[in-house]
Amino acid sequence: MAEGDPIMVSFENISKSYDKNPALKEVSFSVEKSELFGLIGPDGAGKSTLFRILTTVLLPDSGRVLFDGEDVVKDYQYVRNQVGYMPGKFSLYQDLSVRENLEFFATIFNTSIAANYDLIHDIYEQLEPFETRRAGALSGGMKQKLALSCALIHKPKVLVLDEPTFGVDAVSRKEFWEMLKTLKEKGVTILVSTPYMDEAALCDRVALIQKGNILKIDTPRRIIDQFDKTLFKIRSSQIYKTILALEKLPHLGTAYSFGQEIHLYASKDIEATDVESQLLEVGIADAEVKPGMANIEDCFMNLMVAENMEDHVG
Amino acid sequence: MSDKTVITAKDLSKRFGDFTAVNTISFDVRQGEIFGFLGANGAGKTTAIKMLCGLSKPTSGEASIAGFDIYKQTEEIKKHIGYMSQHFSLYQDLTIRENIRFYAGIYGLKARQIKERSIELISDLGLDDYTDRFVKELPLGWKQKLAFSIAVIHNPSIVFLDEPTSGVDPITRRQFWGLIYEAAAKGITIFVTTHYLEEAEYCDRVSIMVDGLMHDLDSPKALMEKYNKPTMNDVFLQIAIRNSRKEK
Repeated sequence: MAEGDPIMVSFENISKSYDKNPALKEVSFSVEKSELFGLIGPDGAGKSTLFRILTTVLLPDSGRVLFDGEDVVKDYQYVRNQVGYMPGKFSLYQDLSVRENLEFFATIFNTSIAANYDLIHDIYEQLEPFETRRAGALSGGMKQKLALSCALIHKPKVLVLDEPTFGVDAVSRKEFWEMLKTLKEKGVTILVSTPYMDEAALCDRVALIQKGNILKIDTPRRIIDQFDKTLFKIRSSQIYKTILALEKLPHLGTAYSFGQEIHLYASKDIEATDVESQLLEVGIADAEVKPGMANIEDCFMNLMVAENMEDHVG
Repeated sequence: MSDKTVITAKDLSKRFGDFTAVNTISFDVRQGEIFGFLGANGAGKTTAIKMLCGLSKPTSGEASIAGFDIYKQTEEIKKHIGYMSQHFSLYQDLTIRENIRFYAGIYGLKARQIKERSIELISDLGLDDYTDRFVKELPLGWKQKLAFSIAVIHNPSIVFLDEPTSGVDPITRRQFWGLIYEAAAKGITIFVTTHYLEEAEYCDRVSIMVDGLMHDLDSPKALMEKYNKPTMNDVFLQIAIRNSRKEK
């Protein structure tokens, strides 16, 4: 790799099937050094498969992955020394204490806690009062912090986090993303996957992934800018009735609920007043329709629909 | 939604040694209501749900579920509720038909009822051509829909949904809420937990637990007004961040 090459990880035409079910279909993209890169998609999208190939625990059927310029299959030992991997399932030793787990991971990487403490200081500090507690007896949020500390103790160049916030409450999720931001500022390249669309906004760039295909890769900002429909935000006292009414008016577009609002993805020639008057005709009198900005979840659903339609055509 | 109350809890508490997991919570839930049960990890939600389902005896307080006493009539309670979660769901190595038969039997339906309800459920979901498929072969969204339909196959008074939509794609998640609305319209009470806080806004009322206490209970609209926040996510972040007992 040339000095100063900005690319840290590149996936080139990666495919992988389990039995005959394709999990990844010719996936290609690159992640830059010190980038916080998000892989956003639901269960079954292929996120874990991609991460397992990157971290050398699974072989791809075809394609290759370059990690800091090295092939992850040929130079797996280099990769294993330079990657910190936090799998989706809690994988620390439940019967070892907090301190023992951390020491164990430091030892197998031929290092010590003291040598790399600066990187984990902010995170591990919160665990120090419970150093002698068995890992299995920690709460969910604390387990997650310990797992992150263990994944970082050998000062990896790249941190790979598979759904670290799955099933975690909104408060702990927020704290976790703040920790990731700090790590990124310290120069760690981070690949993180999540099913929570709102977390996409916290990444430098994201890949939206569904059924083994990348739907889109870009900065969250640019993905939103590329939303190709008019988005209307609709409020009404009868949200569910309004959704059902809109399902019967498909020429207006596709409607999805967002909390107490409905988002309607309409073609560019439809005006807010068209929507209001057609809703009025079917008995929804109090609908308030205003154009609004799409979020990442809107973009994802808009792309998902497009993809499914092509599936049916194809 | 009717005025009939199907869940009544009064000063319900559960202590483990000197740790009070649930601390004197009191609330009512009406028939056909969609009741959101929120709280940070460790706030006491799971312990409270276990008591309400008749799986764990309270330390003190009273509660009645579908008219049955939470201390003395736990077997009756189990017959009148449905339960579904992300973790405890269908048997992957049984077919669709076998899963339906198994759970309908567990919920106490008789052979003839099982036959009738199975046919109804399969046709409502449009699964007629797939009944002999293993559940593991179904897409996740279909598994969720099937799991929900099975959880209400015995026409329970209340269905408990514990993070039913975790990890599901955003379109399927919304379709799932369609099923919830339909069930509620039929008079089934929905008791639901979620980490997707915009889903809290789909509930008729929402409770938020903090440190074992029921910190708030009201409609999403009233809560957003009370805390002067535009979304339930903002309300939750403000309230739940005070959760002091992250670790003991």
